Amino acid sequence: MSSNKKYWKSVEELNKDNSLVVDAFKQKEFVEEIPTDEFLGDKDTLESSSTSRRDFLKYVGFSTAAATLAACEGPVVKSIPYVVQPEQIVPGVANYYATSIANGYDFANILVKTREGRPIKIENNNLSSGKGANARINASVLDLYDNLRLKNPKKGVADISWETFNAHVAVKLGKVTDAGKEIVLLTQTFASPSTSKLISEFKEKHTNVRHVVYDAISESAALDAFQNTYGERGLANYDFSKASTIVSVGADFLGDWQGGGFDKGYSKSRVPHKGKMSRHIQFESNMTLTGANADKRVPLTPTEQKKVLALLANNILGTSVPISALSKHIVQAVSNATTQLLRSGQSAVVVTGVQDVYAQQLVLAINKKLGSTVFDPKTPIKTRQGNDEAVSNLVADMASKKIGALIMSGVNPSYTLPNASAFNDALKKVDLSVAFSMKEDETSSLCDYIAAAPHYLESWGDVELTKGHYGLIQPVIRPLFDTKQFQDALLMWSGSTETYHDYVKANWSQNILDGASWSKALHDGVHKKVGLDIEEAAAIEIGADSYNTAVNALARTSTSGYELTLYPKTGMGDGQQANNPWLQEFPDPLTRTTWDNYLTMSEADAKDLGFYLNESTFFTQERHDATGGLNGKYAMITVNDTSLKVPVIIQPGQAKGTFGMSFGYGRSLGLKEEMRTGVNAYPLYKAFNTTQTVSIKPAAGKHEFACVQLQNTLMGRGDIIVETTLEVFNTESKEHWNPIPVVSLNHEETPVTSPEVDLWDEFDRSIGHHFNLSIDLNACTGCGACVIACHAENNVPVVGKEEIRRSRDMHWLRIDRYYSSETTFEEDDTKKDNFAGLSGDNGSLGGFGQLEDPAANPQVAFQPIMCQHCNHAPCETVCPVAASSHGRQGQNHMAYNRCVGTRYCANNCPYKVRRFNWFLYNGNDEFDFHMNDDLGRMVINPDVTVRSRGVMEKCSMCIQMTQKTILDAKRDGREVKTNEFKTACSAACNNGAMVFGDINNKHNDITLLKDNNRAYHLLESVGTKPNVVYQTKVRNTKEA
Amino acid sequence: MKKSYQKLEDNSINAIKQMTHCNLKFRALFLSFILITFLSASLFAQEGDATAGKTLFNANCASCHKLDKKATGPALRNVEQRLLEESGLDRDWIYAWIKNSSAVIKSGDAYANKIYNDYNKSAMTAFPQLSTSDVDNILAYTAQPKAEKPVATATGAVAENSTGAGSGISKNVLLAALVILFGLLAAGLFMVNKTLRRFASEKGIQLEEKSKRTPLWQAFVKNQFLLLVTAIFFLLASGYFAYGYFMQVGVDQGYQPVQPIHFSHKIHAGDNKIDCKYCHSSARVSKTSGIPSLNVCMNCHKSIYEYNGETTAEYSKEFYDGEIKKLYEAVGWNDAEQQYTGETKPVEWVRIHNLPDFAYFNHSQHVSVGGVDCQTCHGPIQEMEIVEQYAPLTMGWCINCHRETNVKTEGNAYYTKIHEQLSKKYNVDKLTVAMQGGLECGKCHY
Repeated sequence: MSSNKKYWKSVEELNKDNSLVVDAFKQKEFVEEIPTDEFLGDKDTLESSSTSRRDFLKYVGFSTAAATLAACEGPVVKSIPYVVQPEQIVPGVANYYATSIANGYDFANILVKTREGRPIKIENNNLSSGKGANARINASVLDLYDNLRLKNPKKGVADISWETFNAHVAVKLGKVTDAGKEIVLLTQTFASPSTSKLISEFKEKHTNVRHVVYDAISESAALDAFQNTYGERGLANYDFSKASTIVSVGADFLGDWQGGGFDKGYSKSRVPHKGKMSRHIQFESNMTLTGANADKRVPLTPTEQKKVLALLANNILGTSVPISALSKHIVQAVSNATTQLLRSGQSAVVVTGVQDVYAQQLVLAINKKLGSTVFDPKTPIKTRQGNDEAVSNLVADMASKKIGALIMSGVNPSYTLPNASAFNDALKKVDLSVAFSMKEDETSSLCDYIAAAPHYLESWGDVELTKGHYGLIQPVIRPLFDTKQFQDALLMWSGSTETYHDYVKANWSQNILDGASWSKALHDGVHKKVGLDIEEAAAIEIGADSYNTAVNALARTSTSGYELTLYPKTGMGDGQQANNPWLQEFPDPLTRTTWDNYLTMSEADAKDLGFYLNESTFFTQERHDATGGLNGKYAMITVNDTSLKVPVIIQPGQAKGTFGMSFGYGRSLGLKEEMRTGVNAYPLYKAFNTTQTVSIKPAAGKHEFACVQLQNTLMGRGDIIVETTLEVFNTESKEHWNPIPVVSLNHEETPVTSPEVDLWDEFDRSIGHHFNLSIDLNACTGCGACVIACHAENNVPVVGKEEIRRSRDMHWLRIDRYYSSETTFEEDDTKKDNFAGLSGDNGSLGGFGQLEDPAANPQVAFQPIMCQHCNHAPCETVCPVAASSHGRQGQNHMAYNRCVGTRYCANNCPYKVRRFNWFLYNGNDEFDFHMNDDLGRMVINPDVTVRSRGVMEKCSMCIQMTQKTILDAKRDGREVKTNEFKTACSAACNNGAMVFGDINNKHNDITLLKDNNRAYHLLESVGTKPNVVYQTKVRNTKEA
Repeated sequence: MKKSYQKLEDNSINAIKQMTHCNLKFRALFLSFILITFLSASLFAQEGDATAGKTLFNANCASCHKLDKKATGPALRNVEQRLLEESGLDRDWIYAWIKNSSAVIKSGDAYANKIYNDYNKSAMTAFPQLSTSDVDNILAYTAQPKAEKPVATATGAVAENSTGAGSGISKNVLLAALVILFGLLAAGLFMVNKTLRRFASEKGIQLEEKSKRTPLWQAFVKNQFLLLVTAIFFLLASGYFAYGYFMQVGVDQGYQPVQPIHFSHKIHAGDNKIDCKYCHSSARVSKTSGIPSLNVCMNCHKSIYEYNGETTAEYSKEFYDGEIKKLYEAVGWNDAEQQYTGETKPVEWVRIHNLPDFAYFNHSQHVSVGGVDCQTCHGPIQEMEIVEQYAPLTMGWCINCHRETNVKTEGNAYYTKIHEQLSKKYNVDKLTVAMQGGLECGKCHY
C-alpha cells in the first residue's frame, strides 16, 4: 500500500473500546439479521393458524393466475399531437435555452434542457466565465413542478383574480400615500440592473417608497468592509486558480461563503501540474467542505479565529498588537502560514468568513499588501446586497406604525428572521401587506394578499453576477399557473403598460448591450461589458492607525462557554428549496446525513457533556438500531433567551468547545409533511451573526438519523483510496506511491493486471468506442452537483427518510467520504518520551491530553462512486437470467425488463453500487414525493425508463447520452468529435474532476488520464478491470 | 379497457382511384378529363383556347383560386361575365388587374379596392409575364360550364351483390335436397334390415348372438402404454397451445382501432404518393415518427375541401368529405370564410404501435441513418384504408432484422473506420447490425 494510513468512516471504527462493534459489523454481511424467529419462533400461533400450507399454495396459485390473466388486455393509448406545432419543437428532440438563476441565494448562468416544452434538466453554461451550477441549482428545476405552488393570487385564504388584486392594491397604496405613511419594498438580492432601474423609477413615482434588500444569510459585514474600502457595495472576487497559497480563516469558500462558486478555480490549482499545486491552510471550527479539502486544517473556536486574523495582520501588515491566550500550536501554525504566504508573494491569498467588519477590512488590506493576483476587487460580486441594519430598522418602524404598505418579493422573513415573532407582530400593524411568493409559506400566509409569483424558469429578467458580467433570464416554459412577476406588478403600479420583457429589452439596448445584438445575448445567456472595473486607485487607503484599531478589536475578543457556528448546508442553502425531495435526500458531503439538520459536536465534548452513546449502549440498540440506522441524543441549546431542542451528531474534526448547526431546516408551511424535517436555526442567528455563545444541556429522547455510508466498515480494504504527498509524488517513482497490487502466482509476486493471473479471457475492445470515466480525487471537492444531475438525468427515485435508514437509498452516484489519520503515532511517541515531570509545558498531566486523537482532526477524502463498469464484472456472471451483460463499448448493461430481482448481482458487487427497487416509487402514495403527482412527473427524462418494483438498477454510464452522441454523428455523417461524449455527472462537474470519453480516440482527454501516473482502479486487487479510473489524491503537506 | 378492432370487408372494396387538387399532375389529369368530355359538346366559341388556358390556370392561378369555390381569392368560374354584369368591368380591366393588381388598387379603382379589402388586404401577385392572349385563354377556360359529376359506380356493386345473394339461395336448396335424399336412404336401409330380420325369424334361422366384447374405451383404459402415450401427447399438445397463447399476450399484431378521424393512408400515401416523411417529418431527426400536427394537414387541405377520388358504398364521397369537415372543426378552419376561427379541438388519435417503456426505439436511426423503408416495419401502409399493426413488434422480430440487415455504411464518415476494422475482424464485406453490437441489451434497454 502506498501510504501507511488507516481510513475510517465513523467514530466507532476508530475507538479501540468499540472493537466489538466493528467486529460485529465485519462478521455480519447484512446489518439486519433475517428475522426468522419472528415468523417461525411462535409454535402456538403456527399450529393454531387456520391457514394451512395447502391453503397458502392455493392462494398463491390463484393470485398468480389472476394477475396473469389481468395482464392480457392491453390498454388503449391515446396520442394527441399539437394543433399547430411550434417551429422549434420536434417531439423527441431536446432544446436547450440559456438563462440564469437569481433566487436571492443562488446565482448562476445556466442552460436548461427542455423536452416537448418541459424543462427537465439544468446544465452548465460553458459560455459563462462565472460559476457553474451547484447541487441546489441542479435541483431547482424540480421546484418548478412543485405541487404546492400557488396557482393564483389570494386575499387571505380566498382565491382572487389578478384584476381584483391589482384594483385592491392600487386603491390601498393610494390610501397609504394619502395617510403619509411609507411604502416599503422588502426584497431579496436581485442583482438585476433592470429591476434596480425599475425600483428607482417606482421611487420617483411614489415619493414615499423605501427599498430594503434582505439576505436570509447575511454578508453584511463583508459588504460594509468592501464599501468602506472601495466605495461600492459588493464583495471582492477571488480567482483561486491563480493561487499557490490559500489561507482561510473560517471561510467556507467551497460552500456558500460570499455567494459561493469558487470551487471551479480552486480545483484548477489543486491538480498537480509540473510538480506544483496550491497549498491550502484552513483555520475553522466546524468541519466544512473547505476544511475537508485543505492540506492543513487547524480546528479552533470562532474567538480564536479572530485572534488568528489579528496575528496574521501583525505578521503581514506590520501592526504589533499583543495577542493573548492563543495556544502554542495555533501560533506556530499561523507563523508557518505567514511564511508560506510571504514566500508565495502575488499568488498568495487570505480569506475569512468571520462576520465582523474589522476582520473583513483587514483581509482586504492583507491581500492588497500581498499584491495578490487571486484577489480581484475590480469586478466585485454583486449577488449579495442585503443590509442588516435596514432590516432591523424596518421591523422597528413597522412596530411603530410608520409603515403603511409592505410589499415583499423573494423573502420569507417570518421564517428566516432571528426575531421572526417580532416581525410577525409588527406585520399586523401594517395597513397593507403583499407577498410575491411561489408558496403559501410562513410569511405569505400572514399577509393580506399573496401574489402568486412564477418560478425563475417562467420569468423574464436579468442579473449582474459580478460587475460587468451580465446574464439574461428568459422563460423556458409558459407559466404553469396564473402567476405574475413582482417586476410586472411594479411596472403596472408605476402606471406603465409595458411588460417586464419589453422593459428589460429596452434597458439592455440602452444601457448594457452597447450596440451588441439582443438576440445573441439572449441566445448566449451572458453578456460581458468592459470598462466598468473599479479603478485600483479607488481603494481608500487606511493608515496603520486604523489597522491598529481593527487588530485591537479582534485581539480583545473573548468569550466564555461554548461557541456555536451556524452554517448553510450544501444541500439546503437558506431553506427556500426545502420542499425539494432531491435536496432533502441529498446526503450531506461530510456527515452523510439526509433529511435532517443537527448539532455537530466533537467526540471529546460529546463525552464530556454526556451525548456520547458508547459501546455498551450499542447493543441495547441506542446508537444504531436493528436496521443499522444511526441514533443520536437530543440537546437543549440556549442562546440568550432562545432555546432549541436539537439532535446531536458527532463530527470528527469539530473544534473542541464549538458546535455547528445548519440553516434551512425546520420549515413549517408551504411544504409537504415529509419535508418538514429538522430544526429551524434562524432564531439563534442573533444580530445576523453566525457565531453565537450557547449554553447546552441534555434533553430527553432519541433521534433517528438517516445516514448513508455509515452502515458498514471498510472491511479492511484501505486501498480504496490511494493518496500521497506532493513531496513523495515529486521525488519518488509511481511504483512507490501508486503501486499495482500483486498476487502470488507460483509463489512469485505478479501484478494483478498481467494476463496470466486473470481468470478471464480478454476481449478485443480496440474497435469502435470504449468509454472510460476518470475521477480526479484532487479536483473533487465533494460538492455533490453530480449527484443531483444524475438524479435528474436518470429518473432516480426519492425513497424517503425511513427507507434511507434501512440502507435502501437509490443514489446511482454517491460521494463517499473517508476520514483518515496516520496510524503511526510517531509524534506522540516522541512527545511521550520527552515528558518531564508531572506539570509544566512538558508535563505528563496535560501532555497525555494533548496526544493526537485521530477523530479530533482527521484528514478527509471524497470519492465519487458509481458503477465501475468492470470489464470483468462480477455481477454479470452471477445473474441467473442474464439481465446484466457487457457491451462492447465498455458499459455494463442492465436490462430492467429481464431482471427478476434475485439481487445476486448486488451481493457480488465489490463496490456496492447496485440499487434494488424495494417498492414502486412512481405513483405510490406511500412515497409522496415528486413522482407521485402529475406535475412532479413532468421532470422525468423520457429517454430513461422509470424502474418498477423488484428490479435492480444502477449507473448506466448515461448510455442514453452516449447513444445520442453516436446517433448525432451518424446522422450528420461524421466522426464523433474530440471530447464530445459526456455523462450527466461529467457535464455537471465544474471542477473538471470528472472526465468522460472514448479511449479509442487518442485525442480525447480521457485517453491521457487513463494512463496517467496517478491513475488507479478501485480495489484493483480484485481484478475486475473497471472502466472508471481514479486519480491518486496528492496532498501538499509540506510546511513552509 | 377494450381494444376495438374493425375488420375491413374486403369484397366491398372496389379499386378506388381518386384524384385531388393537391397534386398538380393529378389535377391536370382531372381537368383534361372534364375537358375531353365537354370540348366536343362545347358551343361557346370563345376567343382563346380553353385547353391552353387550363394549363396556364393550373400553373399560375390554382394556388389561390378555384373555379367554383372561394379560396385565397374569389371563385373564377365565369368571372368575365360576372364582372361585366355586376360591376360593368370589361376585359381590359382584367388585363390590367392580372398584370399588376396593386397598381389598379393604387389608382383608386373602386372595385379593386373593394376586392382588396374583402380578401384580408392581401394583394394578388402581379403576372406581367402573362400576355393578353394568355389571359384570353384563361378566361376561355373559366367560361366553361361546370362539369357534371359522373354517377358513382354503385350500380355495379349492387349488381354484384344480387348475384352473390342468388348463388347463396341455390346452395341452400341443394343442401336441403341432399339432406332429404340421405334421410330417405337411411330410412330405406333401416326398413330393409327390419324386413330381412323378420324373414329370418319367420324362417326359423337363429341369428348369431353378438359375443360380448370389451368396449373400445375399456380396452384403451386397460392398455397402459397407449394411455401413457396419449397423455404425453395431450400434455405436449396443450403445452404447445398454451405456449402459443401466452406468447401472443401483449402482441398486438393486426391491431386496427377506429380513429376519431377516418384518415386513409391508402388515399394519401398510396393514390397520391405523398412521401411518408412529408407528414411524419420528425422520423428524420427524432426517436418518434411524430403524429403530424393539424397545421401540416392544412398545408394541403386548405385547398382540398372535398374528395374526388373513387368511392365505394361504405366510403362514399359524402363520408370522406365529412372526415375533412372533422379536420376543419378540429383545427378551427372556417371553410366558407377561408379563415381560422381560433377554436381548436385537438384530435385524440388512438396509438397503434406501442412499444413498452423499457424498449428504446429511435426512428431517425432507422430512417435517416439506416435508410430502412417505412414499409419494412409498418407493412404496405400505402394500401391500408385503416392502418393496422403489421409487425408483431416483439423482441425476436427486432433481433431477427438486426441479424439479417446490413448496415448502410457507404458515404457515412462515421462508419468509415469502424467498418474497415470490423470487416477485417469478421472477414466479411458487409457488416450486419449484429456485428456492430446491435444485439447488445443496453442498446435498446435503458
